[in-house]
Amino acid sequence: MRPVRPATVERVPRTPTHMKGEVDQPTKPKRQRVVLGGPEGMPVPSLRSRMELAEQTSWGEMLIRDLINALLRWSTGFAAIIVLLLGGLPLLFWLLPDVASFTVVGVPMAWLILGVFVSPVLFVLGISYERLSERHEREFVDMIES
Amino acid sequence: MTGWEISAATVALVAVVTFYLGRRSSTLHNAAQDFDMARRTVRSRRNAAAVSGEYLCAASFLGIAGAILTDGADALWYPIGFTAGYLVLMLFVAAPLRRSGAYTLPDFVEGRLDSHGIRWFASLITVLIALLYLVPQLQGAQLAVTTLLPLPDWAGPVAVISVVLLTVLGGGMRATTLAQAFHYWLKLFAIAVPTLVLCVVFIGAGGKGTAAGLADTAPPTLPQDTTVSVDTPVELQVSTPTTLYADGVVDGAPAQGEVLWSAEVRHQVAAGTTLRFDAGTPTPVVVGAPADNADWLAPGGNDTWDLFGTYSLLTALLLGTMGLPHILARFYTNPDGRAARRTTLHVVLLIGLFYLFPVLLGALSRLYVPQLLVTGETDAAVLLLPTSVLPGIGGQILAAVIVAGVFSAFLAATSGLVHSVAGVVSADLMPERLRDFRVAAVLLALTALAVALLPRQPDIAHSIAIAFALAASTFCPVLVLGIWWRGLTAKGAAAGMFVGGFAVLAALGMDIASDYTGDWAPVLVERPALLTVPAAFLTTVLISLASRETKSATVNNFMLRMHAPDRLGFVTDAAIPRYGRAEERVRLGQGHGRHRR
Repeated sequence: MRPVRPATVERVPRTPTHMKGEVDQPTKPKRQRVVLGGPEGMPVPSLRSRMELAEQTSWGEMLIRDLINALLRWSTGFAAIIVLLLGGLPLLFWLLPDVASFTVVGVPMAWLILGVFVSPVLFVLGISYERLSERHEREFVDMIES
Repeated sequence: MTGWEISAATVALVAVVTFYLGRRSSTLHNAAQDFDMARRTVRSRRNAAAVSGEYLCAASFLGIAGAILTDGADALWYPIGFTAGYLVLMLFVAAPLRRSGAYTLPDFVEGRLDSHGIRWFASLITVLIALLYLVPQLQGAQLAVTTLLPLPDWAGPVAVISVVLLTVLGGGMRATTLAQAFHYWLKLFAIAVPTLVLCVVFIGAGGKGTAAGLADTAPPTLPQDTTVSVDTPVELQVSTPTTLYADGVVDGAPAQGEVLWSAEVRHQVAAGTTLRFDAGTPTPVVVGAPADNADWLAPGGNDTWDLFGTYSLLTALLLGTMGLPHILARFYTNPDGRAARRTTLHVVLLIGLFYLFPVLLGALSRLYVPQLLVTGETDAAVLLLPTSVLPGIGGQILAAVIVAGVFSAFLAATSGLVHSVAGVVSADLMPERLRDFRVAAVLLALTALAVALLPRQPDIAHSIAIAFALAASTFCPVLVLGIWWRGLTAKGAAAGMFVGGFAVLAALGMDIASDYTGDWAPVLVERPALLTVPAAFLTTVLISLASRETKSATVNNFMLRMHAPDRLGFVTDAAIPRYGRAEERVRLGQGHGRHRR
């Protein structure tokens, strides 16, 4: 049995102070945000604000009340335009019969306006209301989700 | 093959295709869910075509042209009101109602007001509106058949009801969605092509003394020697002294041979009388209609009451559309609130396009078929116009195309109504033992048939306007206030519906009575909406305020569900847990990307 020589421990020279920054210090791993892909195009609204709405907390109730009021304001505004347009025409023709009987290419104005021009105007009103209300709803959802 | 045989053949073809479409899709998708809810994934454009197909009824096809032939510019408000009604529906009702998950109006009323008693009442009103709407369809069918075919009075209505019952009992909602979309395009084709051809012929013929022939102050003149047989007693007026030949009873005395009518007095013509006119004779018109062309061309009558009449008509049409039972049920097939809004927008476009043509036909018929003004059966104008403008086989083929469209109109509107209202009847109004959809459909159809066969001067556009007035005075306040005002209570809604409904029905009764006893009813009895709608709104609001403490406990939840945007996902139909959400079904099924989002 060979005698065991005590192991010699070599002294490692200390890191020179000027090099200290280059050596990796044992650090905590950096906090990273991991984003998992949700269903495409359908952001799921955050649960908390949805719950607030569903349970009709005072905040949720106020939100929905504001939404309803805003939507109602828009609808009433558009309805007012329709009423002015459709309600104004009979009155116009009644008060100023000359306007109604003024002929363009042999067709009286009243027939042109009522038979041809009113429905495109109605359709344009419809399109703008649709755009507007969809934008409004999108903004509401974005607000809830943020 | 003569004219009426071609027409009969096209009618048979329309009936067979309708039945086939119903049959085919009901055997293709025979799951229970398809039967009553149309899978809720019907595309919004096809859905809009289906809504329009169901909506364009006899009033649109025959009634508007007939009203224009009689009343001229004042009748232009019908197509405008019909179109604008959808715009109002879109502004106030479409999306929230869809999100509420209600399939019929009684469903909505019960859900919103949390009261079972009011459901029964709403169902009763639904049935009344449906009957008022069905009867003119069947009377139109009667008029069309007796005008064109050598068949008895009852043949038209019975044929329509039979085909409708076969379709409704044989297929589900999905079936009728496909069939109704088909009906829209068929109707558009069947009115657009003949109108364009007739206009080309009219202009090619030098405009028949040019369109300015309508602009002078003379009454319309008969284009050729004409014999008119009067089947129901009429009261006529002329605007210039007129010579004609009569055989029968005129002004209470037997008349045989030449008669001279003066413009100052009205002339009573008894049933069974034959009137003969030489070519070029000014046409007598039924009392109350504009007698000469200048009057006819100008909107508004001479007195203020006509102005009120116009406003009343507009009120009924604008606010009544949202209360029509068959239209509402159709909205349920939209996947969500936003699709409901889009569908409505498409409908405005589709029916606005359609209504260009009846207006043209009505104006042409003033030149070519003024003899209809004598009997007052002006609703037949569209049917008789092609053969008057184009005698011979060309006119007969055009007439057959129009007849196909007309029957499509009867079938689509009638089957839509019977289908949607039969569900209401069987669920709410029948005793539990007898509760069956099929029985209800048969009962409803037969009741309408019986009422339609009662003799009454049919004027389709006017009768339909009454159905609109009833809807506007009952369901419009409940829908609009129910959707936008938390304060609506069951008592308020019931009182409003009662006041509005009762007032309209009373006006209708007075109007019928006045028809038989000398036409004394003022304009606002014939067109009551201007008074009844505000009355109904006012009653609803006042009684709701008075019974504030009985407000529904679930109102906040219901409001949230109706108004929260679709993406937040508050819509909880009874159907969703069973069948899954609409968009999931689309993603899973073959219909990938069918909804633009």
